[in-house]
Amino acid sequence: MTNTSIIDKLKRTKILDLLKEGKRIDGRTLDEHRPLVIDTGVIPHANGSARARLGDTEIVSGIKVQPDRPFPDMGDKGIFICTAEILPLAHPSAETGPPQPDVIELARVVDRGIRESGMIDLSQMVLEKDKSVIGLFADNVVTDHDGNLFDTCSYAAVAAIITSKIPKWEIKDDKPVLMENQESDTPITTIPVSVTMGRIDDFIISDPNLDEWECLDARITITTNSDGNIVALQKGGNNGFTLDQIVKCSEISISSGSKIREIIKQATQSN
Amino acid sequence: MGGRKSDLVLLDENGIRCDGRKVNETRNVIIKTGVLKNADGSAYIEFGGNKILAGVFGPRDIHPKHMADTSTGILRVRYHMEPFSVGERKNPAPSRREIEISKVIKEALQPAVILEKFPRTVVDVFLEILQADGGTRCAALDAASVALADAGIPMKDMVCACAAGKAGDALILDVNNEEDQAGQADMPIGYMPNLGKITLLQLDGVLTPDEFKKCIELGIQGCKQVYEIQKKALREKYFSNEGNSK
Repeated sequence: MTNTSIIDKLKRTKILDLLKEGKRIDGRTLDEHRPLVIDTGVIPHANGSARARLGDTEIVSGIKVQPDRPFPDMGDKGIFICTAEILPLAHPSAETGPPQPDVIELARVVDRGIRESGMIDLSQMVLEKDKSVIGLFADNVVTDHDGNLFDTCSYAAVAAIITSKIPKWEIKDDKPVLMENQESDTPITTIPVSVTMGRIDDFIISDPNLDEWECLDARITITTNSDGNIVALQKGGNNGFTLDQIVKCSEISISSGSKIREIIKQATQSN
Repeated sequence: MGGRKSDLVLLDENGIRCDGRKVNETRNVIIKTGVLKNADGSAYIEFGGNKILAGVFGPRDIHPKHMADTSTGILRVRYHMEPFSVGERKNPAPSRREIEISKVIKEALQPAVILEKFPRTVVDVFLEILQADGGTRCAALDAASVALADAGIPMKDMVCACAAGKAGDALILDVNNEEDQAGQADMPIGYMPNLGKITLLQLDGVLTPDEFKKCIELGIQGCKQVYEIQKKALREKYFSNEGNSK
C-alpha cells in the first residue's frame, strides 16, 4: 500500500476541509468515539467471550483458560497471552498467510495495555510454583474492518476477560487434574481502556474510521486504568507529534476512557 | 512492570541508581560513523552496555519489485538481535517483538528522510544488536539516524532517542536493563530537536498524568544530549583533519 491513489488524495482533502470547519466525515465531533456495543458470553464454548462493535468495526474475543508451564523467570505468576488476526472476510484487502507487521503490532499493543495495567492478578493463577500455572489466552479476530482496530480489540478482549471464569485444577502426581464444576471469577484489579487518536495536519481526532485512518499523519494509542493513570502508550504512523499535542492526547484519553469504562462495566455487569 | 528482582535497590537513599547514576543522567554514549566499508552509510553506537551496528544501503533498486512506489523512494528497517546479545541464547529468527520494533523505528525515521527525489528505490537500514542492555530501540534509532546521514540521504533533521521512566518511585532518565525489568515504567522517546517533533513514543508501566508530562520532558532532555553526540560523530568523520573519509 505504498502507492497513494488519486481517490485517497481527494478523500484527504475532503476530510481536512471538513476538519477546518470543526466537522468530521461521519458527522462526529473531533473527540467523539463511534457508538460502542459490547455483547458478552457470545461463545459458550470459550471460558469468556465478547463481541465489540465500534461503529462498523467488529471484533470477537474468546478466552481459553488452561494449565501451562510458567515462563522461566516468572514461576510465581500465571500466563497471559493475547493474539489478533484480521480474518479474510473482514475487508477486501485482508489476506490469509503469515501475520503482517501491522497485525503483530495490533496484538502487542492490546496485550501491553492489559498486561501493564495489571488488570489480571496473575499471582493468583499459580498451581505449583515454578512448575505449573494457569494460562489465560485471549484470541481476538477481526470480523469487520472500518478502522481503529486497536480500541475495538482492546474493548472486546477486556470485556471477555472480565466475564471469564477460571476452572479449578488440583495437582495430583505432578499433573494438573480438572475439578468439575468448580469455576471461579478471573481475578480482576482494574479496567484498562485504550483510546486511539489520529493526527491530520494539526487536528487531533478520536477513534478514526477507516477513511480517516488511511489519511492520518500519525496516530497514538493511550491506555488508562480505573484510577485515571496512564499505563501504556504506542505512537504509530509515518510522522510525529509535538509535546503539546501528546499532552492534549493524554487528557482526551483520560476523559474519553472514563466514559468508555462505564460502557464496558455495564456490558459485563450481568455476568 | 514485572517487579521480579525485589532484592535489587533501584534507587538508594542518596538518589543514586543501581549503576551509580543520578536520576537525570544518561549512560555513557559513544558513536562512531563510517565503520563499515561496504555499506553506503554506517554507524556504531555504545549506549551503556548496548553495542549496536547500523548499516544503510541505498537509494537502490527495490526487491521485490512490486514494493516500488512511483512517487517516492521507500524506507525499510530491520532491527535484529544476535543470538549471543542477551543472557539466554535468542532464536535468530525474527521474533514478534523485533518485527514490532522494526516498524516503530521505521515510522520514527520516516518523517526525517526526504526520499521523494528517488522514486522506485529503497533505502534499507539494517540494525544489528550485538549486545543488549536495556534501551536497544532508542540506541538503534540513534545509530540509524547517524548512518542515514553518513549515507548522504537528504534529511530534515536527525532523530535522536532516549528513554525516560520510573523506578524506585522517582522519574529517571535512560532506563537500563535492571530498571526496565524491576522498575515501574519505561518510556522510549524519539525526537527531532530542530522540528520539535516526537516521532517515537511508547510506554510500559503506570504513570499519573502529571508524571507522564514530566517524564516526556525529561526524556526530551536526554534526546538532546544524545543529539550532540550524534553531531560530534559526524563532525569527527567529515570535518576533522585526520578524518578517514571514504
